[in-house]
Amino acid sequence: MIDKVRQLVVDLLDSGRADAVLALANVHANVQPYLYKKGDSLDSLALWPKYSMGPILKSIQAAQPDMKLAVVARGCDDRALVELAKRGQIDLNNVQIIGLACTADEATECECANPYPANIDVGNKVDGVASTDLLAELKGKSYDDRLIFWKQAFDKCIKCYGCRNACPLCICEECILEDDSWVKAGEIPPPFPIFHLIRAYHLSDKCVECGECQNSCPMDIPLTSLYALIRNEFNELFDYIPGAEIDRKSPLVTSLEEDPIREETA
Amino acid sequence: MNCDFVLTTCPYCGCGCNFYLQVIDGKAVGVVPCKTHPVSKGTLCIKGWNAHQFVHDEKRLTKPLIKKSGRFEEVSWDEALDYTAKRMLEIKEKTGPDSFGFLSSAKCTNEENYLLMKLSRGVMGTNNVDHCARL
Repeated sequence: MIDKVRQLVVDLLDSGRADAVLALANVHANVQPYLYKKGDSLDSLALWPKYSMGPILKSIQAAQPDMKLAVVARGCDDRALVELAKRGQIDLNNVQIIGLACTADEATECECANPYPANIDVGNKVDGVASTDLLAELKGKSYDDRLIFWKQAFDKCIKCYGCRNACPLCICEECILEDDSWVKAGEIPPPFPIFHLIRAYHLSDKCVECGECQNSCPMDIPLTSLYALIRNEFNELFDYIPGAEIDRKSPLVTSLEEDPIREETA
Repeated sequence: MNCDFVLTTCPYCGCGCNFYLQVIDGKAVGVVPCKTHPVSKGTLCIKGWNAHQFVHDEKRLTKPLIKKSGRFEEVSWDEALDYTAKRMLEIKEKTGPDSFGFLSSAKCTNEENYLLMKLSRGVMGTNNVDHCARL
């Protein structure tokens, strides 16, 4: 699999179709994001563990908007790139996506429901993880018990803002979680449930299920389960999957010229 | 345009979390936690996440300063070290080793902190040595 990615990267760089390719590299036994250019050795190319490519691509485009870029993107990266482009954060016209399907092991490790990009260039599509034990357990709980569960989980929060920082779709220029009227500076744990619900609702039409929030949490708070529950509700209400359709804007940012959405009544 | 990721150890406390400084054209623009590092495993605290912010701060000292006639003046490293060594020996002679206290830093490596301890105990002869972030 990695040889095929290597070949695609070399072809893009040598033909001049890309000035640089954003991928991963194994350098001194650690895996890191890496911007490959023509002539670079691709011996170091790596695929795992995944890093979130969207924010890195955004920072590169901010520094040099006209650069012809390619990016090795897994399913979650692919969705993040689409959602970022829709929201004016990046320009996909200058970007070629090398779609990488995750292996079954990788999908299991990420508990990912959709472990493949829209267009697969490398790898084979495998089934995603439809639900997790924790999600099933939470759905089986009463609302009161769920509240107790999340209270206990969020009591551990050290307010590192890692979930927000690692999230490819946390794009507000001014973060309300740094506003003293909602979240007092210097106090941990942050106010429950406001701190975490603000994030969850902000992400309800953006979350692409990359799991970076949970991966970056030093306190092992099961954030993806909370976001999955809210995302599923959102999807049922609006039939909208973040990062799926590039031409369709989120229902939360569309104008009110369309018919209002009402719950059907019997 | 160059975009590099420079692996470094968090400069704040003694845990030893690792992250990459994302450097675009020579300027540190962000922090990416190192997922393969055995200590931090892709996680950081709020200090690590913001560690790139002080790198280019205008208030950082770039040269040694010596206060002359009530004002700090930039001097060469040779002058600063000669002056410091001379004054330290003078003070030790006059008022004894316990006139000194050595404060080390979490922004140094373990080895640098060890060297300061050796300077304190071995050279100056005092146990007055401490550290801003011993955990």
